[in-house]
Amino acid sequence: MSTAVYERIRNNPKFDELIAKRSRFAWTLTAVVLGIYFIFIMVVAFSPKLLATPIWAGGTASIAWPIGAGMILLFWLMTGLYVRRANSEFDDINSEIIKGAIE
Amino acid sequence: MTRGMLKFAAIALAISWMGLAMAAPDVGQVQKQAINIHAIVMFFIFVMATLGITYWAAKRTKTASDYYSAGGGITGTQNGLAIAGDYMSAATLLGLTSMTYFQGFDGYIYCICFYVGWPFIMFIMAERLRNLGKFTFADITSYRLDQRQVRTIAAIGSLTVVIFYLIAQMVGAGQLIKLLFGLDYWIAVVIVGVMMVIYVTFGGMIATTWVQIIKACLLLGGGTLVMLLAFYQFGFNFETLTQKAVENSKKGLALMAPGSFLSDPVTAVSLSLGLMFGTAGLPHILMRFFTVPNAKEARKSVFVATLCVGFFFTVVALMGLSAITIVGTNPQYFEGGDLAGKLLGGNNMPAMHLAQAVGGNMMLGFLSAVAFATILAVVSGLALAGASAISHDLYANVIRRGQATEAEEIRVSKSSSLVLGVVAVLLGIAFEKQNVAFMVGLAFGVAASCNFPVLILSMYWKGLTTRGAIWGSIAGLVSAVLIVVLSKAVWVTVLGNKDPIFPYEQPAIFSMPLAFFMAWLGSVTDSSARAVKEKAAFEDQYVRAQTGFGAAGAAAH
Repeated sequence: MSTAVYERIRNNPKFDELIAKRSRFAWTLTAVVLGIYFIFIMVVAFSPKLLATPIWAGGTASIAWPIGAGMILLFWLMTGLYVRRANSEFDDINSEIIKGAIE
Repeated sequence: MTRGMLKFAAIALAISWMGLAMAAPDVGQVQKQAINIHAIVMFFIFVMATLGITYWAAKRTKTASDYYSAGGGITGTQNGLAIAGDYMSAATLLGLTSMTYFQGFDGYIYCICFYVGWPFIMFIMAERLRNLGKFTFADITSYRLDQRQVRTIAAIGSLTVVIFYLIAQMVGAGQLIKLLFGLDYWIAVVIVGVMMVIYVTFGGMIATTWVQIIKACLLLGGGTLVMLLAFYQFGFNFETLTQKAVENSKKGLALMAPGSFLSDPVTAVSLSLGLMFGTAGLPHILMRFFTVPNAKEARKSVFVATLCVGFFFTVVALMGLSAITIVGTNPQYFEGGDLAGKLLGGNNMPAMHLAQAVGGNMMLGFLSAVAFATILAVVSGLALAGASAISHDLYANVIRRGQATEAEEIRVSKSSSLVLGVVAVLLGIAFEKQNVAFMVGLAFGVAASCNFPVLILSMYWKGLTTRGAIWGSIAGLVSAVLIVVLSKAVWVTVLGNKDPIFPYEQPAIFSMPLAFFMAWLGSVTDSSARAVKEKAAFEDQYVRAQTGFGAAGAAAH
């Protein structure tokens, strides 16, 4: 809890490495999600007809539905990707840093 | 999260706070239906089971940490279900099914807008929330700022959100019970008020979490079952399902593409902002992040919550599409048996009629009971968040300046939840005949504009000072409330004026940037000695946010 420990953590080069890696990963994923979402909203706003394209030629079901479901699935998988890396790789570096600082 | 409920309810919450008033018919009052014995019996079983859990939880609730955050002893998966439970209301089930039933793909677009906030919460907030928070989100905003000032404004923000949300839920419960159970309005309001006080007062966060988990499972299970039974009638073939839907809907092929959504881009963008960031500023959702032992579990819980929410939205969309054919071509579900006329019970009934059509009265009773249980669970979470803001922020840290004992703090929290229960019942009855459609929108607007900007800045921006936090919060709170009051939803619909003073009903696109700007302005112009100290304290806070070192841990049991 003490400032001294925080000081030691801050001075550990691994701390900077952790922050750099994790932030880059988190912001990249955020950018991908927001980018895809933004493109989707733009298509909805300016070219809704595009989404009415049938999945099967001559069919009724439009590609809008699988695209929507695909977005939901993809975003969920991306949260999974983040958890996987954060809970193993990043957390390992993290506990090393803390161990080094309190010893 | 949430939205509406039945007729009023669904409108009240769902469609209205979605703001675009798309499929929204006039809300008005619902007709009391015949008594539904199945629903009442199943709801009674739910109440008994949850009371048993409350009794069990009460015995395990000893310390303040047990009471506010279940001692940090909830696992990631459990907490994920509970978060999903907080987010999926009766409105989701009824309002969004109805929206897909009437509007087709537009309903699914709404679902996607509600959903997209979750990955954001995962990447940007979950870890820091867990590492910095303890019992309330004000623990985070006041971490390095002036405890008394920042907690006061955070408590005002939380209580504003809680009260508006409670009123909407109470009125929704009253309308729902008339419609689904065939009982009187006041019975629902009193049942919800009494149950919520019992859960929160005796069982604290442990009971509230388990009520939420059970409800989430029932809602997911019930919805999925109805969807599968309905989809079965189309041979599990999506092409057949949509073909029939297009044949049988007045909208025809328009069901398959975006329609009126985004016809008003300002409202649409403002709505998505409010949904996305409002979720990240709701006090009862934020509290959930403190119930898990560490950042690892916090991440897992968002992962599970995201799955449940995304899955449920897809189930709801399929239910809406199936209902077009199964409900829409059966005269039994229309007033006077006229297919061109109104749906029995109102426009938010497709989900319920579908349950009856594919599973008989048993299934209808089950889904009705689940819908009502859902309100109960959401209301309990709100009450606990409100009571914590009063006891932990206002009483313990502002009035007693951190000198209150745990026992005193818990006692105040329990009395507060009792007071909140009484207030909620009185307001619920007072607003029976009012159109409260705007209240959930207002709750989200305030959450996104008053709570969220200061919360995210306190975690990410070194330069935030107490003055900035206060300016930002007040600017967000006042502008969000003013915009809603001067818009059509209140100025015209409730107050009966002829024209709205402000043209847009969704405040977020205006009030959020204003809050951020004022928080920035208040901070950069603040050169007091206190501000210098506050900025310097960011360094330690930053290390704790990133590493979790020094974070409130799980209580040793």
